[in-house]
Amino acid sequence: MDKIVIENFSLEYSDGTESLREINLRIPANQLTVLFGPAGGGKSTLLRSINRLNDLADVKVTQGKILLDGVNVLDKKLDTNNLRRKVGMVFARPVVLPFSIRRNLTYGFELAGIRDAALIEESVERSLGQAALWEEVKDRLDDPATALSGGQQQRLCLARSLIQQPDVILLDEPTSGLDPISTLKVENSLQELKKDYTIVLVPHSVQQAARIADLAAFFLQGELIEVGIGAELFTKPTKSRTQRYIEGRYG
Amino acid sequence: MKLSSKQRMLVQNLAFAAMSLIASLTVIFIVLIVVYIVSMGAGAISFEFIFSMPYDGMRSGGILPAIIGTFYLTLGTAALAVPLGLGAAIFLSEYAPDNQMTRIIRIAITNLSGIPSVVYGLFGLGLFVLFLQLGTSILAASMTLAIMTLPVIISTAEEALRTVPQSFRVVSISLGGTRWQTIRKIVLPEAMPGILTGVILGLERAAGETAPIMFTGAAFFLPQLPTSLTDATMALPYHLFVISTQVPGMPIQIQFGTALVLLVFVLGMNLIASIIRSRARAKRQW
Amino acid sequence: MDTHLIPGPKKRNAKAAFSQVVETLISAVIKAMGYSAVVFVIMIFYFLMSEGLAAVGEVPLNVLFSARWYPIEGYYGILPLISGSLLVTIGATLFAVPIGLATAIFVAEIAPRWMREIFKPVIEILAGLPSVVLGFIGIIALAPQLRQLFNLPTGLTALAGSILLGIIAIPTIVSIAEDALDGVPRSYRDAALAIGATKWQTIWRVTLPAARSGVLTAVMLGIGRAIGETMTVMMVTGNAPIVATGLGAIFMPTRTMTATIAAEMGEVANGSVHYHVLFLIGIILFLISLAVNIIASAMVFRVKKRAERILS
Repeated sequence: MDKIVIENFSLEYSDGTESLREINLRIPANQLTVLFGPAGGGKSTLLRSINRLNDLADVKVTQGKILLDGVNVLDKKLDTNNLRRKVGMVFARPVVLPFSIRRNLTYGFELAGIRDAALIEESVERSLGQAALWEEVKDRLDDPATALSGGQQQRLCLARSLIQQPDVILLDEPTSGLDPISTLKVENSLQELKKDYTIVLVPHSVQQAARIADLAAFFLQGELIEVGIGAELFTKPTKSRTQRYIEGRYG
Repeated sequence: MKLSSKQRMLVQNLAFAAMSLIASLTVIFIVLIVVYIVSMGAGAISFEFIFSMPYDGMRSGGILPAIIGTFYLTLGTAALAVPLGLGAAIFLSEYAPDNQMTRIIRIAITNLSGIPSVVYGLFGLGLFVLFLQLGTSILAASMTLAIMTLPVIISTAEEALRTVPQSFRVVSISLGGTRWQTIRKIVLPEAMPGILTGVILGLERAAGETAPIMFTGAAFFLPQLPTSLTDATMALPYHLFVISTQVPGMPIQIQFGTALVLLVFVLGMNLIASIIRSRARAKRQW
Repeated sequence: MDTHLIPGPKKRNAKAAFSQVVETLISAVIKAMGYSAVVFVIMIFYFLMSEGLAAVGEVPLNVLFSARWYPIEGYYGILPLISGSLLVTIGATLFAVPIGLATAIFVAEIAPRWMREIFKPVIEILAGLPSVVLGFIGIIALAPQLRQLFNLPTGLTALAGSILLGIIAIPTIVSIAEDALDGVPRSYRDAALAIGATKWQTIWRVTLPAARSGVLTAVMLGIGRAIGETMTVMMVTGNAPIVATGLGAIFMPTRTMTATIAAEMGEVANGSVHYHVLFLIGIILFLISLAVNIIASAMVFRVKKRAERILS
């Protein structure tokens, strides 16, 4: 079943340069889809269009739809705050808010006006567990989040995006600043998480893409070149441009 | 002109010596002014001087009404200028699109900050005292000082808001926060020390000003303390002006004592601002 | 979790609707506050004009632009006041610019860190000193010294005003010029040092020219600060409205536009000719400060444009 359907989607910067051109992509539920390709290809922009974070940026959608469970998220009347609760996001740099570990997690509830203490307590433990961080921080939830290491911070950000039980998680190069061990921990968490969530990830390398992708989409200069089942795409790409990129000839 | 390396070093040494001499003299001079006022004024300071009313044509007694008056005016200015200035700063930093209208606002703020203080006095007289018929009063003077202080508060508060990392805003929005929630829960608390510093520096200026209050609320001499916002009031800077130029036979010690109290008032605010700033820097997590 | 992404009008829950209203309301209030500065500038200009323009009709122009200011007998010549402001401001500029720039260069480029940490707050103290305190010092300490030094009938002269105004302008010049010097990219200096320039040559030939527009802005705003200053000049310049005709004027009492307003506004009847003329002087001061600020910010603006061109 397709969780997200992107139809004929185009987007440009306010100065008129095109960023994404006629993208068509079906993102299946409960799988890990990677969007990969050289920098500037429009992967992050596409990611940020799904939760409408591009509303903050200087971009304009020129055509197309992004359907989430059949609802066009680009609809002007859409409650974007609600959308963003349904679609969690993790960024390239771990951005912990200048709060305690606990408040970083519960901040989403705070915004939504949810005060159910039992639910919050339970969600904190669950989300930290899902991000493989519970054991490391359970005794110091009230410490400032900045006291954590970079890898821990990024897992905290993952937990934070999970705490309101979204349907979809978007990850924009979530491991780009992490050491190999932390990277592995995050990747393992994601393999567990896809049972419950639909995951869309922009990897920081082809290797990572090949390692974790169920479905892989190759982007080049604002165009979607090729989509394929992870393992197949990386061993037998059908398009020459995809092949050249995978073989490391550019980007 | 080719200089040998020795000559070039000589030029450098001379230039550096001149610069450091000028800079040091400037700083020493400032310290000397402060020391001079403190040493000359300290003798005048007593419980009576701070806490009693003046008498004998202000040549004896204390300066309580002037101290209280300046305190009221500073509070009044804060009450009016802080919410307005903060709101304007939030607008500029968080809401304003980058367009012609925003540029006009910025030009207006720059111009407000450049208008001579005495012109604010004229404006306050024309608008608040006469047109709105508030009379020479604490209210009229506070309003005048508030408008004068506004540009300082807006610019410093905006700067403080802008130093909060953009990524905090993006994360908050991505978690389903509205713009105002993001401002209230993250941006404002993080910018608060910087905002406070700016507010205090703005108020410090207001507390020391004379020209804007001369025709809007300051009184030469009042036998009692002001009891309402519509009363005129004595104020430290105006009082110092009065006793150093308008009252013949004024004991020099009272003049220095008044100058010292004003100095302590103003520099005390400066000190508080510095403490807030350095504490916040030490505590800041980003 | 129940999430209707696009709630219909009936489905929309009350809480979301309420927070939407709050959000809209707050945005509107903040926007209104944002425009307050524009409103105030317009109001100030309007009130000055409405009170001051009448003077042009009441006082013949040849009287207005004459050399005699003696309001009690109906002489409203503003030339001595303009010349007084100019004289004192020029004196202050000559005094403050070299000292201010030297201090800024020292603090930004030469001083070791610990010295900077001391100098900057001390200069900030000067910026915070009320002008009335400086005026008081001027009367008590500076004027008697000047009288003795130059053997004058009184020390309360344009010179005393110039010196004190210079002192007032110094912190403005220092802080803006220092910012400008600080803003010069590290790489400029490194490049100059790498080709064998001395530290001083780097400052003089590279850093200072690169910061030129900011330094000019500093000077402009310093001058603006001096022209608008009121209490200090009123207290120390001796308050004599005489047109300056030669260099000797610096040793004589004078009277600025600001001091005239401050000294006389308290005594005039509202709506009288004298009252209107004082507002007219206010208009002149307002326009001068407008011009100074526009020039200063135009310089900053141009620099930014050039930087953008280089980047793109």
